[in-house]
This record gives sequence, C-alpha cells and structure tokens, in this order.
Amino acid sequence: MNDVAAHPMPGLATLIEPEELPMVVTEVVRSGGRMQFAYAWYPDPGQLELRYIATGAAKEGHRVWRCLPTSGVPSVATISPLLGWYEREITDLFGITFSNHPEPQRLVLHEGARPIVPPFDPSYPTATPIRYEPADGGLPEIASEDVQRLPFGPIRADVVESVELIFLYLGEHILYFHPQLFFKHRGMEKRFEGRSLEAGTVLAERVSGVGSFCHALAFCQAVEQAAHCTVPVRARMLRSLLAELERLYNHLHYLGHLAHTTTLKVGEAEGKLLEERAKQINVKLTGSRFLRSLLVPGGLRRDLDLQDWLSADLESLRAETAVYVNMLENTNSHLDRLITTGVLPRDIAFDQGATGPIQRASGFDRDLRRDHPYAAYGDLPLVVPVKASGDAHARQQVRIAEIDNSIALIQRILLLLREGPIRTECIALPLSEGLGWVEGPRGSLFYAVHIARNGTLARVKIKSPSLSNWRVFPFTVHNSNMMDYAINEASFGLTVAGCDR
Amino acid sequence: MPFWTFFGLQKGNATTSWPKSDEPTGQEGMLGMPRFRPELCGSECNACASICPTQAITVEKSKSGEDRLRVDYGRCVVCQLCVEACPSEAAFRSSDWAFGTRERGDLVLGEHADVAAGRQHERVAPDGFRRSLHIRHVDAGSCNGCESELQALNNPFYNLHRLGIFFTPSPRFADLLLVTGPVTYAMHEPLRSAYAAMPGPRWVMAVGTCAVSGGIASGGYACGNGLEGVLPVEVYLPGCPPNPAAIMEALLMFLGRVPPRIRGGRFAD
Repeated sequence: MNDVAAHPMPGLATLIEPEELPMVVTEVVRSGGRMQFAYAWYPDPGQLELRYIATGAAKEGHRVWRCLPTSGVPSVATISPLLGWYEREITDLFGITFSNHPEPQRLVLHEGARPIVPPFDPSYPTATPIRYEPADGGLPEIASEDVQRLPFGPIRADVVESVELIFLYLGEHILYFHPQLFFKHRGMEKRFEGRSLEAGTVLAERVSGVGSFCHALAFCQAVEQAAHCTVPVRARMLRSLLAELERLYNHLHYLGHLAHTTTLKVGEAEGKLLEERAKQINVKLTGSRFLRSLLVPGGLRRDLDLQDWLSADLESLRAETAVYVNMLENTNSHLDRLITTGVLPRDIAFDQGATGPIQRASGFDRDLRRDHPYAAYGDLPLVVPVKASGDAHARQQVRIAEIDNSIALIQRILLLLREGPIRTECIALPLSEGLGWVEGPRGSLFYAVHIARNGTLARVKIKSPSLSNWRVFPFTVHNSNMMDYAINEASFGLTVAGCDR
Repeated sequence: MPFWTFFGLQKGNATTSWPKSDEPTGQEGMLGMPRFRPELCGSECNACASICPTQAITVEKSKSGEDRLRVDYGRCVVCQLCVEACPSEAAFRSSDWAFGTRERGDLVLGEHADVAAGRQHERVAPDGFRRSLHIRHVDAGSCNGCESELQALNNPFYNLHRLGIFFTPSPRFADLLLVTGPVTYAMHEPLRSAYAAMPGPRWVMAVGTCAVSGGIASGGYACGNGLEGVLPVEVYLPGCPPNPAAIMEALLMFLGRVPPRIRGGRFAD
C-alpha cells in the first residue's frame, strides 16, 4: 500500500486509497520531508482525481500520490497545516469536502460567493462571473467589550496590493490577526485550460508580475518534463542568468521597502534607486523590465546579445549595493526596529510550510536550486545563506547575502557561456504530465501541468511561495504590537497576486 | 544617522529631467506594442490572429470581400508572439510603449479611426488641475506588475512629485481614480465605493491592459472585462505593464501638458 519510493516522474504517481492519506503524509513529515501542495483535476469529464506532492528530506526526488475521492477523503490539515489551505481551495473550486477539517471555512472564494456549480466543474458555463454578496466569516467571536476590531483594506493607504487586514487588538497589543486574502483571485489556473503551450507561457508570466520569469520557467520546465525534452546548454545557462536578475531587482526592492517602514528616508530612496537600476539592466538586456517574452517550452524564444556592458553594470551595481547594505547594517535606528521583531520559530516555520528566505532566516538550509537543480544550477557553485534567529533582521540578512550570491552567479555564467542553440523542439505528448519547480525570489514555486488529448493544456496547478508564506505570517503577528506590524509585513516580502492567483 | 544625510547629498541628483528635456526615459531597449503594415499581409494569412492569446488581433472580411486586419491595442499584452509568428514583415517590433489616450476607439487599428481621432480633439484637459493632481490608486486584481511600476514612479529616478502629481491615501482628497487589474468579483464593490467616496470633479484612469479590457485574465469565473461597464473611463493606458515613463506621459497628456500620441491605433513619433 503506502509505497513512498521516490518517483522522479509524476507520471508514475502512486495510487492510494483516500484513507491511506494520513499515514502517507505522517511518514513524509516524520522523515523531515515536506508536503508541498495538493490539487484536484478531471482526467475525464466525469472523473475527479486528487494529487499530493511532497519533497523528500534530502536530495531525493519529488514524490507524487494520487487518489480517487470515491468515499470520504480525510483531511490531513492537522498533520501538514499548509495542505489544509489546499484542501479548502479544492473544496471551494471542485466541491469536494474533507472530513474533520479543523478550519472548514471558505478560502479562495469569499463567503457570499455563489457559483452555480463549483467553478472547475466541467459543466460550469464559460465566461460567467460568479454571483457574490459580501458576507463575514472566519473570525473568532469577541467576548470582551475592550477588544477592538480594526478592518484595514482591501483598499489600503499607499500604492499597494489589495488585501484586508483584520486586527483584534487591545491598546497597542494585537490579540489576533486575520489577513482576508483572495480579493484578487482571478481564477488564473482555470484560464490555462484549452490553451496552447505558447499562450500558457504568456499566461504564466502574468500570474505574479514581479515573479514573471520564475513562474514562466516553472511552467516551461513542467511542459518539458511532459515532453521528455532536453533544453540546450546555452538556454539553460541563460535561464539561470535571467532567474538571478529577477531575484536581484526583487531583493533590492525589498530592502528599499523595509527601510521605508523603519522611516529611513534616504535608505528607502537608495534601495528603490538600486531596484530601478536593476530593472533598467533588465530592459536593456531583454526588452522587458520584468524579463517577459523570452521563455518558451524547449528553450528561449530568442538569443540574448551579451556584451561587455552587462558585466560592468552588474559590477558597479554590486559595489553600490555593498556600500548601501553596509550602511543599513550599521544604522542602529533601523536595526532596533528589526531585531526581535516578528520572530518565526523554527518549528512553526516547518509545520506551516514557510519557504524561501523566510525559512532560511528561521534555520532551514533548503534551496531548490541546490537540492533539486534545474536550468544550469547543477553546474554552478551556490552558497545558501541561513540564519537561526527567525526575526525581521535575519530575513533582511538572508536577502542581503542572496543579492551578493545572485550577482556572483551571473558573473560566473557570463564566463562559462558558449555559443550554441537556444531552443529545441518541444511537443508535449497527449495525456502526458509534468512537474516543474523553481526557487524564486520568495521561495519554492511549483507548476503541475497535464496535457489534453489534443495537445493543449488540460490542467495547470500553481504552488506559489507567497501562499505558503501568507499561511505562516499571522503566527508572527498574534501577540505582537501594532507599531511593529508594517515592519514585520515588509520583512516577509509577500505578494498578494501570487497567493490569490 | 548623520551619515545618511551626507550619503544622500554626496550622491547628488538621480532624477531624469525627461520629459522637459531629452534626457533618458530609462526605457531604452524596451519592446513596445507591435506595429503592423497590413498592406504586406499575405492573402488568407491568419498567423498573428490565431496565436494572439488575448484575441487583440482579428482578420475580418471587408464589404468588398478582402481580408482586413483589425488590432485592438486595448487588448494587447505586448507578448510579441504575433511578431514572431508573422511569415512576412507585416507585424514587426517597435518601442511604442507610450500608448495613453483619452479615447478607447483610438486604440483600435483598422476601424473608424477618423471618428475616434475627431472625438479626441473634443476632449479638454481638466481646468484648474493642470499643475496639481491627486491620485487614489485601486488594485482591482492586478498581477502586481502595474503596482511595481506605479511604486517606481516615486523612486528618485522618476520622482513624480516634481510634476505636481501625488498619490493620496484617501479617495476624499483624490481627483483621479487610477485602477489596475481586470476587476475581480470581490474587488467590484470596494472599487465602486472608492469612486463613490470621491468628490467631483473626478476622473478614472485605466492603467494596464487588464484594466482597459480585462486582458489575459478576462473571460473566466472570477473576472470581468476591466473597467468596461464598471466605471466611466477618461484615460486609457494599455501595456503589460505600462512602464513608469508611460504612466507619467499618460498623466501629463490627460492634464494637457503633452500632446496625445495615438491616433486610430497608430503611434505618432
């Protein structure tokens, strides 16, 4: 029964019975592995299937289980809390319920959303927005009159993404925090259905704007796995180079935004100016500030003309960033607001599925680039910075170290690059499937892709790092204080679009 | 702390003086909306239209039975697939990124272009707001690309304040509602409330292809078609996302400080 042998190809997903799920998940968690995500799909219009994806503790491959929800499916949310969110998503979008779920409320669809049938049901009428009458839900009851409720959003001050932050607080003390997400839920996964591979890539680039490249890369890698396609060396090298450019401008933005929350005005201006410099490098190199319109399953759509200016511009950006981060790390007013703020203990980071720089700042030495190499990372030396303290300062330090590493990786790639083809034919076989993964600027990102009988996309599932990190974030806010909130939120570097999809 | 002040002074002025002078816009090398030469189209060719992921390009039969290319830049997500698919040189790359207009019809190539251009002339800049405009931004479900570029407007390179244009936290103080995203079902009401809270005179600007037409996300269970049928729009700026200089130029165009560039789907250099 619970065959947990490593399967590099999800086509070899292990079939299990729903009642075996708790045992399988317990086994993964006990061995130090991690459940990444779960999703549902229709292999045939009348037949629904559930998928569960895990990453092993060491450098084992990813494992995939499938089961048919013929009888009641037990919830595994108490064993792997992150999967609890995916179960709720499946309930909202596919109509399957999980027994004994500890948080049975709506998640992806808001309370008050009334679709005629679940939106992913094949009988759901196309291009019909769901009916909606806003309703409250999901908050604990307030017994004391002294406790105040502060709903902030979904439209908030400043130019920011839409999310409603609900604080239950007493004076300065936050008793309970609930982020009401999914105002921005666009149903992106459903938009992939029936599209060509090229159109799917364009769509993946637009799931999370500041993660355009990594989203499209994970999508392409999933398709390439389904097509048994080997990408040429030069394309793999350039893919790593571009992925690091994406990390670079994201992390520089992060530092500028964090300085904004600690009211370090010149520090904010400098961080955002460095981010602008990085984006201008992007546009000069690729024609897009977000590194779009380059990826395609099989390689790259066009070659890049890498002239000497890139290495020189990056070196000057590196030198300026070094001066800047040195000043940040020596400004007491800035550090005072970060140290011991928003501590994420190691055990909570593990249980709730924190990912990327957030988990590395809480003591986890994990990075998909090194542990499960893709693109050209298998041939590149990679330093994975890890901090143990789990506070906002550790999260800043991890990102600072990653900026340095990204520039070093790009310079290394520029030295190693040789001329060669940048694209190979990639035709996904009918009824094939693939899994693609990327360590994005915010953490682990997965795409699971199923190809239909006619070669178009049948189902695309996105596991975004921001969803995992939004899941864990409130644990650092309960029992903290109002003054620290904005700093703590900035130190997580979350996006809403990636989470809401 | 004093070293930050010194550091800032030492760095000097980082701001471009564009559009007042010819200094760089910061967008050198950017691939903009594709351009078309319909006269080079092969007969019965449908390559660009069939690959376009947002149905921005269509090939229609004219009354005389000839194929006619119609491009709606209000639906274009600048993915460049049409340029690569074109077997002739009818579709080609350009750096046309400043695609702001007051007239939706002006974003369409190959259809009643003269009518839209005529209406555009009738639009007058808002009186009394030329040198000072306050904006309330609402994210109605964007991918965060547009927000990233809107946030960049206040970085030292663009420094939007120098033009007298400010973002304000409250719709009560806002003159212009700047909307991004395809308008998801859950953001519909908050968006309308923000508009209702604005004092008159008030205007709405659709930033990004999603807000203009719904873009790549429209047509599903969770999204509408951008601001179409939701709010009256005064300024359209398609782009995926429009870069900070494009947003600046569209705002200045709305205020009558730079002339409009788009006429009947064509970009005036």
